Amino acid sequence: MLAEIGVGHYLAVASILFTLGVVGIFLNRKNVIIILMSVELMLLAVNINFVAFSTYLNDLVGQIFAIFILTVAAAEAAIGLAILVIYFRNRGTIAVEDIDMLKG
Amino acid sequence: MGIEALAFYLFAGVTVMSGAMVVLSKNPVHCVLYLILAFFSTGGLFVLMGAEFLAMILVIVYVGAVAVLFLFVVMMLDIDFAELRAGYAQYLPFGIVLGGILALQLALIGFNWQTGPGAADLGATPVPTDKTNTEAIGQVLYTEYFFAFHGAAMVLLVAMIGAVVLTLRERTGVKRQNVSAQNARTAREAVEVVSVETREGI
Repeated sequence: MLAEIGVGHYLAVASILFTLGVVGIFLNRKNVIIILMSVELMLLAVNINFVAFSTYLNDLVGQIFAIFILTVAAAEAAIGLAILVIYFRNRGTIAVEDIDMLKG
Repeated sequence: MGIEALAFYLFAGVTVMSGAMVVLSKNPVHCVLYLILAFFSTGGLFVLMGAEFLAMILVIVYVGAVAVLFLFVVMMLDIDFAELRAGYAQYLPFGIVLGGILALQLALIGFNWQTGPGAADLGATPVPTDKTNTEAIGQVLYTEYFFAFHGAAMVLLVAMIGAVVLTLRERTGVKRQNVSAQNARTAREAVEVVSVETREGI
């Protein structure tokens, strides 16, 4: 079972990576940069899932979809970091709990 | 154990370890570097699965663009990261419990799922055996998924313009070259002839 690498092995790696991403959001809940990195980890796990099933089911669409996820992840990182930079310019901090200017 | 299994365990181990270090590392620069390592080893996993094109794209897009962007922002912003880590231990039990529940659910699915009968024959675009991976992806992406491809291009365009518009700012007190002002300058207003008395100075 261990020597024969199947789809289950890749799914296990993807699940561990996804769980690490979720735990990372909770552990570093003050630091927006690390939260964004955790989201990237989760998207990476989703990509591994797509490619694993693409190979397993012998269907190319999984890889096509992974390309689109890659696109959205890149756009998300760019916009997220841009927002982070202007937020830091305005407030001088990136702590999540300081984002409360709309609170009355 | 074959070479494929060996390579899988190597890449999978590095991916999981570096993923854990992204979450646990104290220094955010180390976090980004571990993220890059995770992307590289995931690229290796993709090659093992036969998705070479996606592996190379992963390295180019994630490592070349996204991770470097993260590194740039981490180094550009002057942040006291030690202060941000305060209360880290406070959320540790909650995070571990939540991660444990999630991992348990994923494991329950992982040990119990099965493909439906005939699912393997339902594939819309079977992976061709006589073409390279890149050629096969291109032939599907530019025909059947052409509009989705354009949508992705639009997303990237909007993201690019949005990032530029968000971070662009007018800075005061910056000396810039003003070409038209330079060209409009004449000798009459630039040079002044003064008659200086001897031993007096201006």
